[in-house]
Parts: sequence; structure tokens; C-alpha cells
Amino acid sequence: MKINELSVLIGGEAGAGIARSGFLFAKTCMRGGLHVFGTIYYQSLIRGGHNFYVARVNRERVYSQLDYTNLIIALNAETVMVHKNELDYGGGIIYDEDDIQLTRESLERNDLKLYPIPLKRIVREDLKERRLVMRNTVALGAAFALLQYDLRLLEGVLMDTFKANVAESNIKAAQIGYKYAEENFERNFGYRLEKLETSEKRIFLNGNEAIGLGAIKAGCKVYVAYPMTPSTGLLHFMAANERKYNMVVLQPEGEVAAINIAAGAAFAGVRAMTATSGGGFCLMSEGLGMAGMTETPLVINVAQRPGPSTGLPTHSAQGDLRFILHASQGEFPRIVIAPGDIEECFYETMRAFNLAEKYQLPVILLTDKYLLESQRSVEAFDITLIKIERGTLITERYEGEERYKRHKLTETGVSPRALPLTKGAIVRTSANEHDEYGFTTEDPEITTEMMDKRMRKLAFLTKEIEERNLAMIKFYGSKEAMATLISWGSTKGPIMEALKILSRENIVVNYLQVLYLQPFPKNKVEKVLDTAKKTIIIENNKTSQLSSLIREYTLRDVDHKILKYDGRPFNPGYLSRRIKEVM
Amino acid sequence: MVILKELGTPIKIVWCPGCGNFGILSAFKSALVDLGLERKQVVMVSGIGCHGKIVDYVNINGFHGIHGRVLPLATGIKLANSELTVVGFAGDADCYDEGWDHFCHAARRNVDITLIVHNNMVLGLTTGQTTSTSQPGFKTKSTPFGSISPPLNPIANAIVSHATFVARGFAGDPKHLQNLIVQAIKHRGFSYIDVFQPCVTFNYLNTYEWFRKRIYKLEDEGHDYTDKWKALEKSLEWGDRIPVGIFYKEERPTYLDQLPHLKAPLTKISIGNVDITEIMENMA
Repeated sequence: MKINELSVLIGGEAGAGIARSGFLFAKTCMRGGLHVFGTIYYQSLIRGGHNFYVARVNRERVYSQLDYTNLIIALNAETVMVHKNELDYGGGIIYDEDDIQLTRESLERNDLKLYPIPLKRIVREDLKERRLVMRNTVALGAAFALLQYDLRLLEGVLMDTFKANVAESNIKAAQIGYKYAEENFERNFGYRLEKLETSEKRIFLNGNEAIGLGAIKAGCKVYVAYPMTPSTGLLHFMAANERKYNMVVLQPEGEVAAINIAAGAAFAGVRAMTATSGGGFCLMSEGLGMAGMTETPLVINVAQRPGPSTGLPTHSAQGDLRFILHASQGEFPRIVIAPGDIEECFYETMRAFNLAEKYQLPVILLTDKYLLESQRSVEAFDITLIKIERGTLITERYEGEERYKRHKLTETGVSPRALPLTKGAIVRTSANEHDEYGFTTEDPEITTEMMDKRMRKLAFLTKEIEERNLAMIKFYGSKEAMATLISWGSTKGPIMEALKILSRENIVVNYLQVLYLQPFPKNKVEKVLDTAKKTIIIENNKTSQLSSLIREYTLRDVDHKILKYDGRPFNPGYLSRRIKEVM
Repeated sequence: MVILKELGTPIKIVWCPGCGNFGILSAFKSALVDLGLERKQVVMVSGIGCHGKIVDYVNINGFHGIHGRVLPLATGIKLANSELTVVGFAGDADCYDEGWDHFCHAARRNVDITLIVHNNMVLGLTTGQTTSTSQPGFKTKSTPFGSISPPLNPIANAIVSHATFVARGFAGDPKHLQNLIVQAIKHRGFSYIDVFQPCVTFNYLNTYEWFRKRIYKLEDEGHDYTDKWKALEKSLEWGDRIPVGIFYKEERPTYLDQLPHLKAPLTKISIGNVDITEIMENMA
């Protein structure tokens, strides 16, 4: 009997509430003191396709899905047919016997356990419900009975998730499913979930929500975005919180408007943010350059999905790194941060707003579908960790002796930042090259000075970040290792799991996560490369964009590349096998 | 309160002698004086084109942005700080070509900003090409055989896009234009003035003379600007007689009026201690 080690797949037709059911299952597990990771796979359509949610539950922290599943909750026949081969030895299937008749023989798997339950009939006859989606909750109830888990935890989650009357009918559905399973399911399933006591306060959320929380905590006051998967969840989150947190959350006519509205708001003095995916970011590129030229602080979440062009709109990739680093004409400083997990989504978003204002430049959070739409139970965020820093902002009165210069030449490159309505200052800027006052100019000397001034900020902020010891890279594992894995962004999750698998096999590898891609933490990366016996880069793209960046900054090649560009994240088992192969 | 003398800047004006932009510049400066505003209260936003340089010629806050994006920029500024008076200046190519999509959305959104379009029916700064308001048959370097498509009707478009203040002025009559600008800025909501602004270098057709022969004032003929149908009818008038003045005006809640949670300009809200415990508790 395996206790508190479980991978569950809930599948059904698109539009059948799969994401919600996965969320309810996972959150119920978290409420019992367990660690959970959940991720949703769906297609670019509203009804009729195949969706599935994978939840991984464990007594220890979990960072990604696994390669296999122990229990399938099939809300249609297709789920069984598509996923039966992902079942680990001794796996179970909860399914509606009116959808599909299953036998071990027909599945050609004698080890499997079958748990038929007439989900639709229960909804119609016992619950007297017309909403077929209620069968999801019946199935969840049955699953928790099979897993011998406390049903009250699910009831609590239902109460907190739905309005009172909807919660009530769902609780009834869960109870009926639970009872049916207790009375009818064979008691032969080799997995059980058990409540654990924990003093840690945990929350369950996805990357979009973590970025939203970070933005709200950082005092973002204007959020403007046009819907584009996988950034849309952030728009929904911000919109839901618009009134409570005194923000303006606006969905304008497109991405061009979004970035320009955000830039206007930032120029006027609030913290402003936008988000999009690669296609939308193409449209934002000109606005990005304007923010760079006019030294307007902006935070942009670029949520990657596979390209080129529309690509696979609801899947995940890391193909935009080079694009993000170079987008827009001309040369200007920018910061590019690639959070790798839910915690980093929160803390790096807060940091992004500070950096944007301190150095008066655009900061890009480079994320992807897998990071933004996967949910995980994490320790509630420490809201004291990052303080608001607004740099050289002057709000009330400018008291300098000379006439105010928005783009004053300074040693650091950062100018005092007055706002329109600041007493004693007239604030002007220009997307054309401009002098210190912000008047447009074509003077070659001023042009050179201004370019130097803006680019100086990059050196200044690199120095400051290093002095303050902000993590631009993260390093996991012991210094002495047979190989060093290198990655950025969401590959962190599967890599953390692969490290566990490898260490169980006594294969010692360590892991360098590059968190800041611009400014590139050259010295820190070099130091790791100095001691690495063998380097293996892991990326969700075709051309290994991080290794080209490492080569550019350190003049060194990595030894091996493990690349995947099918729109799906790495599974840790697959990854550990590939790592062993190249070693 | 600002006086005219304070509104000048040390920057040399580089518009062609006789350019319609001079009329707009002087009308705008005089309007600011009429309105009794302070310099720090007002932000100008401009796009790319000859008109864009106007930001450098008025000694108030200014953002000289990129081509076509005057309205989104102005919108963002106003949303962030509702105490500012925000006036956008765009060219006809800047607003009706590159930035056309923003135009109808700004109108229906009704953020309290003012848009002044320097409409010379030609691209000047790029040395003379056709724009979407060029007349059919208009010959330029990009249309050597004459412009083919009929021109856009921005006034009619503004009206049907729910703009709450729609007017047209003429740079050759700065006094009349000044009055329109005063009323547009005073108006709560999206206010828009299309200004005929003759380009003396590249538009051989739509000259001061051409306009003077055709223009008449709506107010002289008792036009009722609260009547949307009448306004629309007037907006379609083109040819021997072309109306200027206020076509349409209505009072409608602004975008910010409809956000009841905002009790103060966003810039005045303290961000030092935002409490997110409630959201986190809902996630627990």
C-alpha cells in the first residue's frame, strides 16, 4: 500500500469542467496537509476536444507532474482510450460504465483495477439534476472513497469555491459518489491518501495568480491587457481584484493600445503593467522601445507558447528568449527575468516593479504556459521580504536649483523622476532622441551622451544587484557532481524532480537556474561553469537559445543539450533518462 | 494661472512659413490662458509628423510619443492621474491611418481627454504622400496617378462611435479654433476637434483659399449640436460647402466616473502597504 504518493489524471470533453474538477481534487489534497502539483492540458477550442488535468500528490514538496499516473478519473470513454497506457502498474480507472465497458482482457492489462460507477445515472436519478457537470463531483467523491481520504475536506473546498446553493448540491453529489464507491468498489486499490498535520500555511495557485498577487502587492495601479493565452488568466485575476485594490484594469482594443496605455500611466506616475504572449508582444515591440527611450518604468509579462506565428496556442514553449532580449529597434537597456516556479512568479514580479522604477526602464517577466497555468501548493508568501522601492521619484515638489531636467545626465544614468503635477517641475519626454529637458534633438554630441546615459543604467543596476546579492542565478545540489544541469524558466519543475530521481539512483548532478537573462549574470554563470565536470542544458526550444547566450557571454559551449519542442513540458522520468544517456 | 508669455520655449520652430500648425499652436496657447490653467496641470501628447513637434513649442508637460499612439498614451496618463488636463495632438496620418483603431475606441470609452487632429490631408514630414483624408485623384509621390479610394469621414465616425464632443476647426481662423479648444477641454469626456491645417509645401489642392471658399460655421446656421441625426447629416456635408464648429455634444459619464471604487487619482494612492492577506486566505 502506497500512502500519500499519487498521480491522478482527470479527463473529459472540453467544456466538461475538467480544470475545475482538477482544482477541487488538488485543493482538497492540500487541505489535508499534502503537497500538490496540478497542470491542465487543453486545446484551442471551447467544446468537444479532449482536456485533462494531472494532479500529483505527495507528503513531500512536489515540483511537477510525473511520467505516469496511478488513477484515471474518466469522464468520457476517450479519456480511457487516450491515457490507459500512462497507467503505472496496479493503476485504477474510475469510469462511467454507461460510457464504456472495460475488462482487464480488453485493456490487455491484468494489473489494472477497474471501478465502474454510473455517473450520469446518479446525476439524473439520485440527484435529479439536469446539469451533467455534476457527475464530476460524483466522481471526485468516489475517488476520495477509493483513496480512503476524509470527505469533509472536499466538502469544505466545495463550500469555499461555490455559492451556497451550488455548493450544497455539489456536496450531495460528492456524498453519493463516496457512498457508492464504499458500497460497490472492490477494496483492492494499492494507494491511499492520509491527512497530515502541518504548521505551514499553504496556498494553492497558478503562476498567473502568483504574478497577479505580486503585482497587487507591489502597488500596480493600472493593468492593461488584451486576452491572449496563456496570459489571459492574469487579466482575469487582475479584473476580479480591480475594485478591492483600487486599480484600473482595462482590456483595450489590442496589444498596441495596451502597452501605450500602460506607458502613459507609468509616465504619469503609477506602477503599470501589461501582459501578452509572443504574437501580442510582436505588436508591443514598438511600445517597448518607446518605454526604453523615454525611460518609462513598465512591467511586461510575456507568456510564451509555441510558435512560429500562432503555433500551438494552448501549449508551452521557451522559443522567445532571443526575441525578448532584442525586440524593438535600436539599443536600450531592459531587464529580463525568467521565474521558474510559483514562488518566483510572486517575488520576481514584486522585484520587477522595483527595478523598473529604480532604473526607469522596461522589465520583462519571461514566462510560459506551463508555468502560468500549472497550480501548486506553496507556503503562503512572505509579504515582508520585498519592500517597495521607487528610486529617484519626486512626487510633491522639485527643489533643484536648475530648471528640472527629466533626462538629466548623471553618473549612474538614472535621472531624478518628477511627475506631471509635481510642483516646480515641467516634465517632458520624447520617443525621438532628446536632450536633458526632453526636447527633441538631432545633435550628434547629445545623441551620444544620451545613449551612453541610458546604457549606463545597465552597468549601474548590474553592480547594485550584485552588491545587494539579489539572486540572479540559483544553484541546487552539491558543488561536487558528475554533471551540471542548466536551464531557465519553467523547466525548473521537472528538473527538480529529475534531481530526486537521479539521487535515488546515486547519480549526483547539480543544477544551475539562470533567473536573470538581462543583465546576464556572466560572472556567476562562469563560476559555476568553472567547476562543472560536464554541462547539460535543458530547454523547451529547438535552437537552445540559452546555450547561445552562455556562449556569447562566457565564450564557452555547453557539453550536451536536451531540447524538447513539441509544446509539452518535460516529464521528470523522461528527463532523468535523457540525462543519464548523455552522461 | 498661466500667462501667454510663459508658454513659450527656447526651441526654434521648424514648421514651414505659413504652415497651418502655427494657427493651432497659437489657438492652443491662448485657450490655456482662457481656461486659467496652471502649466503643471496640463500634459500634451503628440505623435509622429510635423504636428508632433508642437510638444516642444509649449512650455508645459509633454510626451512626444510614437506614430499613431497619441490616444492610448493620453488615455493612460489620464487614467493614472485624473487631476491632469490631457490634450493629445495627432496628424491625419497619425490618427486616421496608423492609429485609426484607437480613435473609435477612445470615443466610446469616453476617458476625459481632448484630441486635436492636425488634418492637412497629406503626409508632410515624409515629404508628401497621400493619407486617408486625401481627396480622390490627389496626386503625390506615392499616388502619381491620383489617390484611388474615397477619403475617410472622421467626423461621422466619431459621432457613430459615441464621442461626446465632436467639432471641426480651421487653422486659418485661430480665434474660432481657440474657442473650440476651450470648450473641448472644458467638456467632461472624450472631446475631439478635427482641424483643417493647410500644408503649404505638399498639399497643392487643399489650400487656405480652398478652405475659405467652402467653410461656413455651424453656429451661424443655428445647428443644434445635441441632435445626433442632424450632427450626422452635417458630418456628411462635403463639397462646395463644408461646415466647421461643434457638430455634436452630449453629457455622458466618463470612463472613470464609472469606476466608483476610485475616490482619488491613482497616483495619490499609497502603495507602501497593500494588504493581500484576504486573497491569500481564499487560496488556502
